[in-house]
Amino acid sequence: METIRLTIDNKTVEVPKGTTINKAAKEIGIDIPVLCWMELHDLNIENRPAGCRICVVEIDGRRNLAPSCATKCEEGMVVRTHTTRVLNARRTVMEFILSDHPKDCLTCPKSGNCELQTLAHQLGIREIPGQEIAAMSTYRKDTSPSIIRDLDKCILCRRCEMMCNEVQTVGALSAVNRGFMAVVAPAFEQNLEHSTCTYCGQCVAVCPTGALTEVDHTPEVLRALADPTKTVVVQTAPAVRAAMGELFGMKPGTLVTGKMVSALRALGFDYVFDTDFAADLTIMEEGTELLDRLNRFLQGDKTARLPILTSCCPGWVNFFEEYFPDLKDVPSTAKSPQQMFGAIAKSYFADKIGISRKDMVVISIMPCLAKKYECQRDEFSEDGNPDVDFSISTRELAAFIKQANIDFNNLEDGDFDAPLGESTGAGVIFGTTGGVIEAAVRTAYEIHTGKKLEKVDFTELRGFEGVRSATIDFDGFPLNIGIAHGLGNARKLLNDVRSGKSLFHAIEVMACPGGCIGGGGQPLHHGNSEILKARAAAIYEEDRNKPIRKSHENPFIIKLYEEFLGKPNSEKAHHLLHTQYFDKKKKIVVKQ
Amino acid sequence: MSSIKIELRQEDVDKIKDICASFNNEPQELINVLHKCQEHFGYLPAEIQEVVSQELSIPVAKIYGVITFYSFFTMTPKGKHPISICMGTACYVRGAEKVLDEFKKELGLEVGQTSKDGKFSLSSLRCVGACGLAPVVMIGDKTYGRVAPDDVKDILREYE
Repeated sequence: METIRLTIDNKTVEVPKGTTINKAAKEIGIDIPVLCWMELHDLNIENRPAGCRICVVEIDGRRNLAPSCATKCEEGMVVRTHTTRVLNARRTVMEFILSDHPKDCLTCPKSGNCELQTLAHQLGIREIPGQEIAAMSTYRKDTSPSIIRDLDKCILCRRCEMMCNEVQTVGALSAVNRGFMAVVAPAFEQNLEHSTCTYCGQCVAVCPTGALTEVDHTPEVLRALADPTKTVVVQTAPAVRAAMGELFGMKPGTLVTGKMVSALRALGFDYVFDTDFAADLTIMEEGTELLDRLNRFLQGDKTARLPILTSCCPGWVNFFEEYFPDLKDVPSTAKSPQQMFGAIAKSYFADKIGISRKDMVVISIMPCLAKKYECQRDEFSEDGNPDVDFSISTRELAAFIKQANIDFNNLEDGDFDAPLGESTGAGVIFGTTGGVIEAAVRTAYEIHTGKKLEKVDFTELRGFEGVRSATIDFDGFPLNIGIAHGLGNARKLLNDVRSGKSLFHAIEVMACPGGCIGGGGQPLHHGNSEILKARAAAIYEEDRNKPIRKSHENPFIIKLYEEFLGKPNSEKAHHLLHTQYFDKKKKIVVKQ
Repeated sequence: MSSIKIELRQEDVDKIKDICASFNNEPQELINVLHKCQEHFGYLPAEIQEVVSQELSIPVAKIYGVITFYSFFTMTPKGKHPISICMGTACYVRGAEKVLDEFKKELGLEVGQTSKDGKFSLSSLRCVGACGLAPVVMIGDKTYGRVAPDDVKDILREYE
């Protein structure tokens, strides 16, 4: 590999050809400030519009300052990153950005976790010249079921646009208009709700300011907890426990399952249950559906649709309803774990404790913003009473715990309540890419072959590659599995399914890069993909530590079928645990 | 947003599809496709953008972004006599703004608007390459040079 030697701040560094100055500087411990630039290295995601000019440096022999995020190193280059000229330029750029930015940091939802705020502090900005006479651009606030757009706080870094278009290929957002009127918006500046948005929340996950945030449902949760007539039940998604510690100063990858349970109990939830239980239930239903389709297919039944696609991820469901409605009979009809949990809690469990579903409030803690929309879908309610009342994100729960002055770091570990709190390792790994299909394989293999698995770890299904495939030997039958995370990667697999080229029997899709651990409701990664890797490792650690690691061996799942549901895919199971999909593609109206 | 809600006729949809096909439905031909569509329809309402989006496989948000970026493209129908006032440097320093103000006053229109009877629409553009005649006004294909604010009434009278 060809390398290049250059000098940055009087230090010599040798880097591969094509390296940018910014990355070369990082190699020798020089952290050049950036704002619009962002990278998730392990996922091959990069935003490099070179638009903000915060990262400028001086290069000997060049008249103009150069943006270090986009300027490639050259042999013998002499770079200076903190000359008077550089510092003045950065300050001026920052003053310009701030002159058109609201100054309501005290009440901004991003305060304390805002990259713009951090940078203003780092650059020592104390006043903004010309503030009194400068005009401010304003734009209406747009609130959708999951996401709030407050474009007054947008600095046009276009990270959201890159995520929405290049990574997710959703294409809901684009820069529109010009000059002072420029904003990032859906087509025709409609509200997000009327666009092709899937609520995956990846725009929120990368927004450096308070321009894109989640709809905060903690006030509704607080109201439910304060109502003595309500029994409040909470479920926690697998990816939450692997990330929430970060918001309390813990190292990424710290598992906080026990502390999270104790905190929820301290907040006053009547029953602290686990979405992992419902994940085990999902495997029973989805795994049975897979085997049913597979057996019919092997017997030559032409109506058996393969591959089967997982359907746990609401962003993914929104995506195929919008872009692949012609394939809407291909995904599994199994509801997502969040919705399965709600349906069981408000039937089986409500009966058990002798209350009506109207007196029960089900709250979910999710790493996801699309879950907020999912629980509001009409088909997931009975007589106007939703199966899951409100969904709050990992970030919202952490903020709620802080609000209630609970000393999270020093909490004793608590245990989930029975019966909907018991889960297996298979339920836990739902939180990361490859996990749902691995959990399904663990159960489907044993049911299909009638043999016991010697090894439950299917490492060939794990990893961070955007599209992965593996063949699992089902006792002589090679089961071809495809995995995609990130909707752009899912689109590639779906195009093959549409054209009949797909050789897979089963495909797992998660909308967010990395899976739920990288969800739009998780603590912000600020472009550090090491954090996502640490969370994935934590999920697999939790799996390893579980005494039971196969969904069909969960004693409370077995009991649920015995007492209530009968068999997987039974009529009752279909009524409570399965759903249907809709064609949401925009139609061109032709005048008659 | 200034789009007018219309439904397309089948022949309009077919025309848009033909235009896209004449550029092999290549996404990078978007601007050429939009030029041809505007040439044919006079403007680019949301419905046309939706069809172009499907044909070229470009998100409609991106197409809207392009249309709102370039001032040549418009989502409102132009008048029968589209009036363009050059605001390029030469015209500007020779008083184009005063001429524009006079047109606004006479017609009761802002830049980008079309009169209710559909007769006139008002727009400004950057340099028509006739700087020697500054300030320049174009109405349809006809060019007026060295226009003074006092000339505006007489010019408009030609179109009555």
